[in-house]
Amino acid sequence: MRKALFFAILLLIAFPVLMQWLGYLFYVSFASRVMIYAIAATSLNLVLGYGGMLSFGHAAFVGAGAYVSSILVAEGVASAWIGWPAAIAASALAAWIIGAISLRTRGVYFIMITLAFAQMMFYLVNSMKAYGGDEGLTLPRRAELGLGVDLASEVAFYYTVLAILLLALYALHRLVHSRFGRVVIAIRENAARVEAVGLPVYRYQLVCFVIAGAAGGLAGALLASHGKYVNPNVLHWVQSGTLMIMVILGGVGHLWGGVIGAAVLLGLEHLIADHRVAWLAEIAPNYQQHANLGVGIVLLAIVLFAPQGIAGLVTRKRNARP
Amino acid sequence: MLALRNVSKRFGGVVATDDVSLAVARGEVHALIGPNGAGKTTLIGQISGSLATDAGAILLESADITAWREHQRVKAGLARSYQITSIFRRFSVLDNLALAVQARSGSSFSFWRPVAAESALFEEARTIAREIGLAERLEASAGTLAHGEQRALEVGLALATRPKLVLLDEPMAGMGPEESHRMIALIGRIRASVAVLLVEHDMDAVFRLADRITVLVNGRVIATGKPEAIRADPEVRRAYLGDELAA
Repeated sequence: MRKALFFAILLLIAFPVLMQWLGYLFYVSFASRVMIYAIAATSLNLVLGYGGMLSFGHAAFVGAGAYVSSILVAEGVASAWIGWPAAIAASALAAWIIGAISLRTRGVYFIMITLAFAQMMFYLVNSMKAYGGDEGLTLPRRAELGLGVDLASEVAFYYTVLAILLLALYALHRLVHSRFGRVVIAIRENAARVEAVGLPVYRYQLVCFVIAGAAGGLAGALLASHGKYVNPNVLHWVQSGTLMIMVILGGVGHLWGGVIGAAVLLGLEHLIADHRVAWLAEIAPNYQQHANLGVGIVLLAIVLFAPQGIAGLVTRKRNARP
Repeated sequence: MLALRNVSKRFGGVVATDDVSLAVARGEVHALIGPNGAGKTTLIGQISGSLATDAGAILLESADITAWREHQRVKAGLARSYQITSIFRRFSVLDNLALAVQARSGSSFSFWRPVAAESALFEEARTIAREIGLAERLEASAGTLAHGEQRALEVGLALATRPKLVLLDEPMAGMGPEESHRMIALIGRIRASVAVLLVEHDMDAVFRLADRITVLVNGRVIATGKPEAIRADPEVRRAYLGDELAA
């Protein structure tokens, strides 16, 4: 496992060099996008997979981060050292407010109320005419990191995102093995019992929700910087659903679940849309416009035959120890 | 130690507990008996704080805890076990107990340091596992334990919070004679350091363990006293013990 991880990281470091050499610079940018979604999905996995909270509004935090950082760039504050922390803070605040209310409910009500909050924010940014409204906001440039790193370069951007992703994964690893992580997982397993051994369930869930929201906000800031564009769809419920699908595909409550899910889902979408399969096109000429059908079939197969997701297929079954 | 003053709880039109007063003294095993549906588990819920109390007052060491949240009561030394086993089924036995130990020792808002590095937590968890007879099963998933072992873990989770008073809701439910004997022995050992409020249908266990007994029928206390007095009480015999003793 340790060896596989080492080679995977080595491969990720070598990837842009290899692609540049082969002349496929597009794939460097594509990989950045995958990694940004991996951060977003991983942050949702903390809430959904480890915490057992079925949040259907995670796009709200990704979107809040994306908009706050973009508005700062549009207003001339280009430094990532201001924009990204601001995105994190804004998303954390949003998560605090939404979580404080939503976490008083359980089950399907929690799903619905998180969805409702996210949709409210979706309509809010839709109405922000000063910042593009429903047409979105185009940025003059990406955020600036300084330190001699030019984020306008796809390769530099790639390495920045890679570093943040690895940091996020390491932080998640530490978190789920800490005292706090044990409590959060125990709440997923049996919330009533956690309260009965003397731990305030609500408070732990709320802090978990805020941490995940903050990380989602960082992913949003990266996403906006990557495309130099943000529009309200980043907060749409479909986006929340996409993140959920990534987590379920990759592995609910697995460290690598979000990463695998993002890679598989975006990879699959790209494959179906950009590589026309001749024999399939003969039967169904416009099948490429319905890439979601293929994704749906894969998701169905995963849920039916590998409820632990793709990560669960690789690692063997064991106790609920992360 | 614990005092209930005129405590009541109703669910809609149904009165579950009705004007219940009782006291558990320090170092006492106090049994709460009564027919099914008498309100015993409701009362345990009210004392532990998982159910809100409609009327009356609950006092723990003369502090009024009626409005306290459940986790606050646990911190104050009031722990419970459940009639229907409620454990962390996918955690190992050791992790189950370690979590309960963690709950009362230090803050759990610690986000970075691995809990596995805290040997003191696991040392204490092992001690409790020995106490409840699960020392050989530390690494087993709690869900794979035999029924009697799960019941022991259920009580162990309550004891791991180091309570001053423990509420045991039918700890012997569904146990065979040998397992029951082990549970009786366990309660016999802990009574030296912990006051016990014991809900139990096993009258053999009740009369062996209890210092005092309270009988609950239809949500009301019909008798409280020493075991001999309860056994002789005509009203108790008519309402509850009659069938038990005849059996």
